[in-house]
Amino acid sequence: MTDPVMEVESFRSESAARVLLGRIERLLKRAGATTDKPVALMEVCGTHTVAISRFGLRSLLPGSLRLLSGPGCPVCVTPLIEIDRSIAAAETPGTIVATFGDMMRVPGSRSSLESARTDGADIRIVYSPMDSLQMARENPGREIVFLGVGFETTSPTIAATILAAEREGLGNFSILPFFKTVPEALDMLAAIPDRPLEGFICPGHASVIIGADAYEPVACNRDMPCVVVGFEPLDILSGIEALLQQVAAIRTGQGHARVEVRYKRAVTSTGNIAAQELLREVFQPCDAEWRGIGVIPGSGHDLSERYRRFDARERLSLDVAQPIEQPGCVCGEIMLGRKLPTDCPLFGEACTPRRPVGPCMVSTEGSCAAFYKYER
Amino acid sequence: MGNDDRVKLAHGSGGALMHELIESLIVPRLANPILESLEDSAELPDLGGHKLEGGRVAFTTDSYVVQPLFFPGGDIGKLAVAGTVNDLSMKGATPLYLTLGLIIEEGLKLSVLEEIIDSIAKAAAAARVSIVAGDTKVVEHGSVGGIIINTAGIGVIPDGVSISAARAQEGDVVILSGTIGDHETAILVAREELKLDEVIESDCACLNGLVDMLLRACPDVHVLRDPTRGGLGTTLNEIASMSGLGITIREADIPVAGKVRAVCSILGYDPIYMANEGKVIVIVPEDGANTVLKAMRSHPLGLEATAIGTVGGKPGVYLRTEVGGLRPIVMLEGVQLPRIC
Repeated sequence: MTDPVMEVESFRSESAARVLLGRIERLLKRAGATTDKPVALMEVCGTHTVAISRFGLRSLLPGSLRLLSGPGCPVCVTPLIEIDRSIAAAETPGTIVATFGDMMRVPGSRSSLESARTDGADIRIVYSPMDSLQMARENPGREIVFLGVGFETTSPTIAATILAAEREGLGNFSILPFFKTVPEALDMLAAIPDRPLEGFICPGHASVIIGADAYEPVACNRDMPCVVVGFEPLDILSGIEALLQQVAAIRTGQGHARVEVRYKRAVTSTGNIAAQELLREVFQPCDAEWRGIGVIPGSGHDLSERYRRFDARERLSLDVAQPIEQPGCVCGEIMLGRKLPTDCPLFGEACTPRRPVGPCMVSTEGSCAAFYKYER
Repeated sequence: MGNDDRVKLAHGSGGALMHELIESLIVPRLANPILESLEDSAELPDLGGHKLEGGRVAFTTDSYVVQPLFFPGGDIGKLAVAGTVNDLSMKGATPLYLTLGLIIEEGLKLSVLEEIIDSIAKAAAAARVSIVAGDTKVVEHGSVGGIIINTAGIGVIPDGVSISAARAQEGDVVILSGTIGDHETAILVAREELKLDEVIESDCACLNGLVDMLLRACPDVHVLRDPTRGGLGTTLNEIASMSGLGITIREADIPVAGKVRAVCSILGYDPIYMANEGKVIVIVPEDGANTVLKAMRSHPLGLEATAIGTVGGKPGVYLRTEVGGLRPIVMLEGVQLPRIC
């Protein structure tokens, strides 16, 4: 049944928001939450992080609720060594690196793509991976390397691009696969002993592809409430309400964690089967390193045997030295839910969007960048 | 990072990086009080000792680089006239004369150049300014994307009018002349990289008529600013920082066209930071706000004029969001970059 409060034109209605905020406050009381002992929920997706900040939701929510930002910004969790590798690809004579815009400013160990472009490397921002195929057609003598960053939201379109390149017989198109998958990361977070959070605001976009059932293991095996949430302010408030209903029930011994969808206009339980088949066809699961966190087993996508020739690492010599992260940065702890950006001694001082030290400050969807822009 | 010793594209974005470049590298080397005011136009106290009867001289210059050269709602020629006319208007000046500098790339079709000059002539006639001096240079193919135009302009600020970002006062009302984000979104869509079938028109327009009308209705306007590069968010930050005051605006009252909102939301852009080329922010004492609004709405470029906020409170710029939350609007570092998902 739909909540009548959500029957509004824009999902941004102030009066509907007030109703939801009232319910949230009552649920927090029922759960026994106080400012000193708040309920902590984690929004996993960078787009949620930005939406929460952009709509000023923290200023409306009670102090007995803490929203933590998880590792859901694909740019932020791309390891330093892969940034260095992307720059090495761009500096290889005869190549053009094609990338989504938010990779440009991410600092590698010595430089960023933006800096490499200033120094003369051919790096082009594309809006769709398919644009890089056009580049390959127009530049037959050059190798086009697309930076394959993203979660399940983005990886199917890149899989489709690889299939299109194969059909067309384009020999000068390849990718650097830095893909990550959501459920494995959530499972790792939920399995942390003395975990600092009590529920996941699950990503709306990735869930369109993977379906809400993908969170069943996390909810059932780890007893962690999972609610799939949209990106409008009322969506987010409604998702928080659903999570708090579960938290209150669990805390009072009246229920167990489950998966709930509060974004039914876009997300089904099974997801987009065609996109999932694309992923299975072109990629295979692999262990992946998450910047600031470490290796999470099975949380990445590599090219499968059949499509391995589209891996830029097979074509170009892109060996780079193992870089060292700058000390002092607490991004890892932020993404694990243990700290807020404002808890970091570097935040806003040594680490700013212009000169980011850690991964969460680099992308527009990173939690530190969102805090810097909206919550100071 | 690596090459902090070089100019980057982001230095031209209108954001914090550009301000830093101007304020730390350029202005100190050319130090003088007129330049240091950093307004859209310089206000000249006299011309070598010659005082002007009935007013002061406003003087400005701007260069225009845009791809594509022709876009829905305008072209580089119209933009070059409107931009400089508007910079003069933002001091409350009546624009009078413009100069025209053309840097043309070898290979540009003469018919294209003709079209651009015709557009300049048309825009100048409509704004009642004359192009009185010019310069033409031709450079090698591939160096400037067809053509770059520079215009400088001179106008007269009538006595009794004193407009400056520093004049914003506690309690003043912030008025916006219409929808935001149209120009930059129009250019993005016109580049066809997004492959959208929609057409979005740039708001590119000379604002001197509208400004003239609102100044007649209320000569005591405190601030006029056109939110060009960096958009409403950046311009309000400039005003807040120059006046040392706070500004709070209401998201629900800021007009954004549906198509602009849609394109921005696909790319993860905030319309508040998107450039406009035919909009003006007017800051007036509270008791003059209704008069100004009424005058603006009677002009074709001000039909959607709305009061969007007030001056006062904690220093900085804040947004009361549609759901009632409050958050700061900061100056962007550089350009907005399209996001992944």
